[in-house]
Amino acid sequence: MRKKTVQKAFRDSLPVMAGYVFLGMGFGILLQDKGYSFWWAVVMSMTIYAGSMQFVAADLLSSGASLITTALMTVMINGRHLFYGLSMLEKYSNVGRAKPYLIFALTDETFSIACQDDAAKGVSRNLYYLLLSLFNQFYWVFGSGLGAFLGHKLTFDSTGIDFSMTALFTVLFLEQWLGSKQRLPAILGVVISVVCLLVFGPSDFVIPAMIGISIALWAVRGVLQKGGAANV
Amino acid sequence: MFDFAHSASLVAVIAIGTALIRFLPFLLFPEGKKRPAFIDYLCRYLPAAIMGMLVVYCLKNVSLLSPPYGIPELIALAAVVLFHLWKRNSLISIFGGTALYMLLVQVVFS
Repeated sequence: MRKKTVQKAFRDSLPVMAGYVFLGMGFGILLQDKGYSFWWAVVMSMTIYAGSMQFVAADLLSSGASLITTALMTVMINGRHLFYGLSMLEKYSNVGRAKPYLIFALTDETFSIACQDDAAKGVSRNLYYLLLSLFNQFYWVFGSGLGAFLGHKLTFDSTGIDFSMTALFTVLFLEQWLGSKQRLPAILGVVISVVCLLVFGPSDFVIPAMIGISIALWAVRGVLQKGGAANV
Repeated sequence: MFDFAHSASLVAVIAIGTALIRFLPFLLFPEGKKRPAFIDYLCRYLPAAIMGMLVVYCLKNVSLLSPPYGIPELIALAAVVLFHLWKRNSLISIFGGTALYMLLVQVVFS
């Protein structure tokens, strides 16, 4: 059981590996450019573990931003993580002593993989969540350290590799779409996000979108709950 | 000017803030205690909607009005979808689509 769990966790984390390692390197290099040593990159990736926020943090650090500004930006940029925790309330119950770490490590990518309903036979759920989270964070910390260490000595042009995240989410979305009879939540997710994107712009649309989605989902509960447990 | 104390405080604020945000739902709705119907409902239907949001989120900076008009993204995404409908293998779909996208932005549309 353990071997199968390790294999599945590793396999599921593979799409994240390329994105996290290279993006992590980008972060490490950026931080280096701003004058922060290798250890800053590693510690930040271990304690913050939030990609987009860490990139913004590099700017905040070098511009000497105030702590208030920093706190506000953290809420704005990472606010969506609140909804990930909300979604995992059920799945992350009875999940063992590693629960605090699992919650801490809830990034976009780890969340999107963990929330899939593809329980496989012979796989220990608790160990799977733990390994998935650990592998993903390892890639990120490793990439950050490597980038900070190598700096601009890197010659491989990795432009466009962050598309692997887009591809990952698209595949997961597609799998979900194909596997469920009730497609309204997925449709609402896309439509409301696009509307909010147009109204609020790229840097401010996520929180309004998540709030709008939550409200919209509740508004259509009559439709979604018709047919009972058969419709997921 | 590198100020260690200020920088360290900044990192701490971000780390603690981020962790707090992630932990908040679990603190508000602890395991074992009955959750409000609204929360259980969201728990069930949010993931699907969030997946949709995340796809839009990844594409948020794509400009349809300036070159290359989102064409590399469109082509690569179509490839991801087609690969996936054909093989139903996540790794092939993701890596294939990404490789194509990198080729497009580095060579074809540069």
